[in-house]
Amino acid sequence: MVATTETINQVKSTTDKYKYGFSTKIEVDKAPKGLNEDIIRFISQKKDEPKWMLDWRLEAFKKWKSMEKPNWAKVSFPDIDFQDIYYYAAPKAKKKLNSLEEVDPELLKTYEKLGIPLNEQKMLAGVAVDAVFDSVSVATTFREKLSEVGVIFCPISEAIKNHPDLVKKYIGSVVPVTDNYYTALNSAVFTDGSFVYIPNGVKCPMELSTYFRINEKNTGQFERTLIVVEDEGYVSYLEGCTAPQRDENQLHAAVVELVAMNKSQIKYSTVQNWYPGDEQGKGGIYNFVTKRGKCLGENSKISWTQVETGSSITWKYPSCILMGDNSIGEFYSVAITNNAQQADTGTKMIHIGKNTKSTIISKGISAGKSQNTYRGQVQIQKGAYNARNFTQCDSLLIGDTCSAHTVPYINQHLSNAKVEHEATTSKISEDQLFYCMQRGLDAEQATSMIVNGFCKEVMKELPMEFAVEAQKLIGISLEGSVG
Amino acid sequence: MPILKIKNAELSINNKKILKGLSLNVNEGETHAIMGPNGSGKSTLSYMLAGRDGYELDNGSISFDNTDLTQLSPDERSNLGLFLAFQYPVELPGVSSTNFLREIFNSRKKYLGENELSHLDFIKHLRKVAENLSIKDEMLKRYVNFGFSGGEKKRFEILQMALLNPKISVLDETDSGLDVDALKIVSEGVNNLKDKKNAVVVITHYQRLLDYIKPDIVHIMSDGKIIKSGDADLALYVEKNGYSEILNEKS
Repeated sequence: MVATTETINQVKSTTDKYKYGFSTKIEVDKAPKGLNEDIIRFISQKKDEPKWMLDWRLEAFKKWKSMEKPNWAKVSFPDIDFQDIYYYAAPKAKKKLNSLEEVDPELLKTYEKLGIPLNEQKMLAGVAVDAVFDSVSVATTFREKLSEVGVIFCPISEAIKNHPDLVKKYIGSVVPVTDNYYTALNSAVFTDGSFVYIPNGVKCPMELSTYFRINEKNTGQFERTLIVVEDEGYVSYLEGCTAPQRDENQLHAAVVELVAMNKSQIKYSTVQNWYPGDEQGKGGIYNFVTKRGKCLGENSKISWTQVETGSSITWKYPSCILMGDNSIGEFYSVAITNNAQQADTGTKMIHIGKNTKSTIISKGISAGKSQNTYRGQVQIQKGAYNARNFTQCDSLLIGDTCSAHTVPYINQHLSNAKVEHEATTSKISEDQLFYCMQRGLDAEQATSMIVNGFCKEVMKELPMEFAVEAQKLIGISLEGSVG
Repeated sequence: MPILKIKNAELSINNKKILKGLSLNVNEGETHAIMGPNGSGKSTLSYMLAGRDGYELDNGSISFDNTDLTQLSPDERSNLGLFLAFQYPVELPGVSSTNFLREIFNSRKKYLGENELSHLDFIKHLRKVAENLSIKDEMLKRYVNFGFSGGEKKRFEILQMALLNPKISVLDETDSGLDVDALKIVSEGVNNLKDKKNAVVVITHYQRLLDYIKPDIVHIMSDGKIIKSGDADLALYVEKNGYSEILNEKS
């Protein structure tokens, strides 16, 4: 069922104001272009991995070669030549770093430009940062403080070495290697990402934050994140991305897996601001991500909150598998597309346990010539007695040349479950714009304010400091879309 | 000193002439009332002044503080010090009233080259101004005009006027939908802001509001222009005899 479709045709002049378009000069140690078993061996060796990991990768690669690229999403882009991509690039590690002072000053400058103070300020703010620069984590703060309470927060490459049992047990347990084309690819070549482990009964004392950056030209980014929270544990994880301006499309295919045990809770927030490309979409990031959480335990809860403003193409469906009885899945999303951006995003809520509940709030904002699709699936399986879902999808159109689509799938195998779906599409009202402008706000300020209001239900789910950043981002993303 | 000069304003909407050669001069320190029957073009006049899209002049001129307004956008006009209190204030779902007010307040400060207020200082200032208009904190926590009663919406308009401190305020049917108590609060609010340097133009259908906001000059508008001007007594005359007599007199 396609609930709403609107396409009209008048191209408004737009400006390209990607604020974070710069790149850093850093020596790079990289594998040659292309993908074959040797490259995978190279990556594994660079990471100093145990044999089981290499075998796992090679197995994934074998499967990937037999798979087809998915083509069901409402996005179009030129065919990707997977042999024309670098699969490994790392800032040249001089030696093990003990403090920030040892980090390449160029790198720190980049973070500064991004407004990410990877220093005392962050510490004061109580945020631990595991910074992923290209493919290798170069600095990790707060780890000691976290380890006092038994929390493990480290690059996944370290976890493979230091906590092999945990990684072995859970990697691929939520997102199987062959889940889709890009997960198989990621499994074969992932270079870094984060690992979080929250032991029994521990509430993680601070928000964990990772900033991803894509820097090296033509380097595919294949991150892998795994978060496991044991009984009655809690963690709030923040992920934010910006990338330098580029001429060629950059592929990003990450995999994120979350596992929540009894009465535990995981809150995963993303603000994504990758380079969307120029007005024609040239040069933007392809963001093909598989994110999934499994509420394995009873009364567990997983919340995804995302603000998606970047990328030329976004293909992303953070999902929840609600296995434990009384478990809860939530998805709060703001997806903004401008100029030639294409976003096909949404969620899957799979109800397996009894009394499972899910809430989906999706706010799509389209401007320019962009295309914004919500694609969501709610599945109520046979044993999911008394399952409940509420879905609300609102689309806001700015201008006359963009489009918004809502594609909900509901598979209900049970009669006493309750699934509700509401969808609206509206245009930004001229009355609202005029009202704000009469009070002295210019067209962009007014739009940003109205759009932020439209997204309120989602924005309030973001951790405070992230919300402020995200609000600004919404303004920046829509610059040039009105007036 | 003249603040606003409208000369022979002509304006059409969908090829229909609404304003047909309207002229109006407003000086510093004056309060004007524009009265007229429904459909005489009163609200069109207010939108035209504020620069709403689609309300551009066919002929004539408007100058404000010796600046030609016709080419300026609504926000530029607002920044010059022109305020319109809407007949139907617009709801902004999800936009907190306090944030909205802070944003417009600081954007005005910025334009005037004055210091913007910090969040805390602004809240203090806002509380003071709001109290005078019997606006409670609770209301400021709600979304802009969202679910406000008619009276609350109008008070919220005057609150914005008080924060922006405009040179000229156009009040479009501000009395509509107000009970007597609310009318008093709103009028007091307007009167408190009045000084020798600014001006107020009250657009109204009924004389009632003019008991509380005393006009220096009253204009009767009909069929897209001003057909008669006089002092406050003219409004009382209209109240007593209706518009028909004046309209007939003219034709």
